[in-house]
Amino acid sequence: MAEAALGTRTKRETYPHVTAWDRLKVNREWLAWWFMLPAGAFLVLFLAYPLGLGVWLSFTDTRIGRSGVFIGLENYEWLWDDSVFWISVFNTLLYTGVASAVKFAVGLYLALLLNENLPFKAIIRSVVLIPFIVPTVLSAIAFWWLFDSQFSIISWSLRKLHLISTNIDFLGDPWTARWSVIFANIWRGVPFIAITLLAGLQTVSPSLYEAATIDGASTWQRFRFITYPLLTPIIAVVMTFSVLFTFTDFQLIWVLTRGGPVNATHLMATLSYQRAILGGHLGEGAAIATAMIPFLLAAILISWFGLQRRKWQQGESND
Amino acid sequence: MTNFTRRTVIQGGTALAAAGALTGPALFEWARAWAQAAPWKPEKDAKLSMLRWKYFVQSEDEAFVKLIEAFTKATGIPVDISRESYEDVQPKASVAANTGTGPDLFWGLYSLPHLFPQKCVDVSDVADYLGKKYGGWVDSAVKYGKEGNKWISVPICYSGALMNYRIKSMNAAGFQKFPTTTDEFLEYAKATKKNNTPGGMALGHASGDANTWVHWCLWTHNGQVVDKDDKVILNSPETAKALEYAKQLYENMIPGVVSWNDASNNKAFLANEIHWTNNGISIYVAAKKDPTKKEIAEDMNHAYFPIGPAGKPTELHLMYPILAMTYTKYPQACKALIAFMLEAQNFNPWIESAQGYLTHCLNAYDANPVWTADPKTTPYRDVAKRTLTAGGLGSVGEKAATAIADFVVVDMFANYCSGREDVKGAIKIAERQLSRIYRA
Repeated sequence: MAEAALGTRTKRETYPHVTAWDRLKVNREWLAWWFMLPAGAFLVLFLAYPLGLGVWLSFTDTRIGRSGVFIGLENYEWLWDDSVFWISVFNTLLYTGVASAVKFAVGLYLALLLNENLPFKAIIRSVVLIPFIVPTVLSAIAFWWLFDSQFSIISWSLRKLHLISTNIDFLGDPWTARWSVIFANIWRGVPFIAITLLAGLQTVSPSLYEAATIDGASTWQRFRFITYPLLTPIIAVVMTFSVLFTFTDFQLIWVLTRGGPVNATHLMATLSYQRAILGGHLGEGAAIATAMIPFLLAAILISWFGLQRRKWQQGESND
Repeated sequence: MTNFTRRTVIQGGTALAAAGALTGPALFEWARAWAQAAPWKPEKDAKLSMLRWKYFVQSEDEAFVKLIEAFTKATGIPVDISRESYEDVQPKASVAANTGTGPDLFWGLYSLPHLFPQKCVDVSDVADYLGKKYGGWVDSAVKYGKEGNKWISVPICYSGALMNYRIKSMNAAGFQKFPTTTDEFLEYAKATKKNNTPGGMALGHASGDANTWVHWCLWTHNGQVVDKDDKVILNSPETAKALEYAKQLYENMIPGVVSWNDASNNKAFLANEIHWTNNGISIYVAAKKDPTKKEIAEDMNHAYFPIGPAGKPTELHLMYPILAMTYTKYPQACKALIAFMLEAQNFNPWIESAQGYLTHCLNAYDANPVWTADPKTTPYRDVAKRTLTAGGLGSVGEKAATAIADFVVVDMFANYCSGREDVKGAIKIAERQLSRIYRA
């Protein structure tokens, strides 16, 4: 037995054969990769794959329930000449731009206000959160009634006050419809920004303010040179989220107008849904959704670079 | 107790209304006799599942469940029913047809079977059996149900959309009965507007209400989206005339209809804000149920859409066909169930429970008392005979369905009526979208 074992050993190598696989299994440098594998697989499966599939679909003429063939850029060429698509791009940019800017201004103002010593501070803070807590569909339905062309309480009050003679057609005229949905979005989005910025404000050490006050800094100077620089990282994060949420908003528009009147309030997200799911043109819908990616990427990159540069965060010039 | 033999069962069709009252044990006895006599012998140990559109009225669903229970008792076949909003049945059925698994039966909107005709069980025998027994199918149902020479689905019912109007304000406007021509209708609209009792019809993205009236308006002026070979022929003087007419109507409606969705006209009508609109029977049913709205229920009635240059009815109503998938293991059981649903003893109480929301496609059911017990529901009896099919002259398949779902015609009318585009511009935008939807 022993001889036989010895014999085989000499016949083969002195040590058991080690494959590349065996090395990889125990290699410390690779160990990190092994640990990351489940997370990586998770990301690929649930994020990268759907995204890739969406982009792929946009190059095909797939319809619901029927796989399509590759048609190159045909969907995009079609959209390039599609006035409704360009209206939706314009609307999305307007909606995101105006709503985000106003939400930031009002949110910051509210946060500063709530950071002061107010009576019933805890209650006021929770009340501010209400618009954010209410499910979007519910608040959208409330706004639908507020903006109704016949039953609007706003029109009714103004009429009783003899300020107007006929009902305001909130959702019937393209521009009033746009401002109406933007207003609804702002109402919903302000608490998120206010509360997050408030959390940021509370991390600012009071000693900084005390020192500044002793040095004779005005309220504006205290805000400009202490609060604002220290708040910048939070602002970058919260505004990134705010812009992303606003850009991809769907429920509010869908409940209020379904993109009407005559597509005046269609966002890219709602148009994509209408064409892909209701109309059945998955490929075209995917192309509209894919066209949103560059905008979203730009928003993310801005904040990413912002977060990378400490000096920028601290309110100094870029390096 | 009534004793049902095979012979009396086959003769059942003649005793429609009387048999409609079957309940409890009598219904069960009848169902068992029917199952023994029916030409479809369900497979051994068959089990069925069905995806249907979600009910508008609770009583309809209750009657349907009762009907299915009777089927299960009589044949021993359990039937699992699931419900989806009527717009969502189509995507689910398409995926099921593609992957070859899912419910055995789908009951959805008009275009459904035409999305995947080769995946539908040939139900010609069921359709022929029912047609012979119950006075034949209406024309529109044949177009929806058949692909080539074979029936790929069985048309169950329509939900109709007709004119709803207030009687007193109509009289005050100088009309003894609701206008029957488009010219009269325009006069009526102008007069009601002048009397401060205007009407309104949705021009927003209202899948039901907006689509039904703009298609009526287009068709009754001889405009068409496509010809019979699915070639886009929207850009025509007739379409322009339809747009002009709609704009005149629009100017005499209550302001704000461009933002209306499917619920808006119901709300406005029940609040005395508008005095005429197009709708299903839901406004009337709601007004009858609510004691505070009794006055409205008494003062309102229904009428067909007026007729224009086309000289014949050109309405658009929604049809609900049922189909069995070829992947089912129990095609005979599917057929038996479909036939069972449409037998007078089952169908009559069921359609009655829908209170006028739903209309039959088999001529014999004109005799159902639901259409005469309350004369105000009578116009809805005829919607299956008056409707054109989706897509007008063209095919009823997915292209027509996409054009409707994408609001192409609605937006064309809204674009012109609201003054955002001139006639040419409005037609051109719609034509461009249609030519893509209908491309080969």
